[in-house]
Amino acid sequence: MSKLISLEDAVNLVRDGDTVMIGGFLAVGTPERLIEALIAKGVKDLTLICNDTGFVDRGVGKMVVAKMFKKIMASHIGTNRETGRQMLEGETEVVLIPQGTLIEQIRAGGFGLGGVLTKTGLGTAVEKGKTVIDIDGERFLLEKPLRANVALLFAEKSDEKGNLSFHGATRNFNTYMGAAADIAIVEAQQVVRVGEMCPDEVVVPGVFIDHIVDGGAL
Amino acid sequence: MMDKQQMQEFIARRVAQELQDGTLVNLGIGLPTLVANFVPEGRDVTFQSENGFIGVGPAPTEEQLDPCIANAGAMPVTILPGGSFFDSAMSFGIIRGGHVDVTVLGALQVAENGDIANYTIPGKMVPGMGGAMDLLSGAKKVIVAMEHTAKGAHKLLRECTLPLTAINAVDLIVTEMGVIEVSHEGFVLIEQNPDYTLDEIKAATGAPLIISAALRQMA
Repeated sequence: MSKLISLEDAVNLVRDGDTVMIGGFLAVGTPERLIEALIAKGVKDLTLICNDTGFVDRGVGKMVVAKMFKKIMASHIGTNRETGRQMLEGETEVVLIPQGTLIEQIRAGGFGLGGVLTKTGLGTAVEKGKTVIDIDGERFLLEKPLRANVALLFAEKSDEKGNLSFHGATRNFNTYMGAAADIAIVEAQQVVRVGEMCPDEVVVPGVFIDHIVDGGAL
Repeated sequence: MMDKQQMQEFIARRVAQELQDGTLVNLGIGLPTLVANFVPEGRDVTFQSENGFIGVGPAPTEEQLDPCIANAGAMPVTILPGGSFFDSAMSFGIIRGGHVDVTVLGALQVAENGDIANYTIPGKMVPGMGGAMDLLSGAKKVIVAMEHTAKGAHKLLRECTLPLTAINAVDLIVTEMGVIEVSHEGFVLIEQNPDYTLDEIKAATGAPLIISAALRQMA
């Protein structure tokens, strides 16, 4: 059975108040068509989990400008002045998370783990309120798993089962977010029939992907 | 007197001397990015970009330009032969797991025990830490490349006053005035830019500065 659906059906799976994970790193590997369709639909009060908030005119940054988020969890917001403004004026809650910790929390959420232990953030504001665990005399921070209602992902190619392959630096968070969300939607630049992808080229197995949108060329 | 660009290139050139043959290096955005331009001829240094590849090459020509290949600062780059692409979990496994030999970062403040603040000025500038906390905790060697003061205000301090990015992390600091090692005894000046006197360098440093017995001229 093909997982291919229309862009309209895809964005109807995102509801007000949902937590959404969105792939991409400074708008490289971001599902721009899904984002544009969500903005057109006008969903609100979302919680965003994403590496960064892109730019005012590119990537998830466009959703920040459209004021679709009540909360943002990201490692970096410095390239989008609107995120900083919303944060400083108290319009949007922003939680800053070290990049390597954020991806591990997502991985843990998708892979059945109760969290991860990391030295990253020890002795900084990141440690505040968290459990520190001693492993054989070394201190680690316990970082708990993250999950989402919906993941919005980007891939270069998908077959109709959702097996994904990538080009360039677009893998970033796209490879793990699908596992950590109840519904995973991928926007693929190219959708091919089952059997047209060599199993060796598949980076993300289709088992993590629920729906595919044909995004066309960039 | 050097202008700002000359000063940054002078610092980057000196940092590049530190990069040994066969090492994997991660450069932060801004001044540290310039270091790649000054790697000594014949030295095999590989650069990682934490957004997901090893083998970062120079800026692309018009024909090479690919929107899917950009560095961690969103600048278009190329990937060199022998390079590889991977996702963020792999990228930070490489970083946290101690597989990056050197990271070069800028800083707002560095303390004499190696504490570093470089991700936020509360209420003014809140860009976020990105991958800096992971790099500082995982890289084998941490080099700070920065101007010695912020328009005269001390950046090298007994203790940082801004929120920390990491504790006890910095190994070496390269500024336009000199090269400073972070030791158990505090800051040790190991190289001096002869354009500045020792008194000038001490005055620009907000913590005691030990002068190495083997002090060399910075070139």
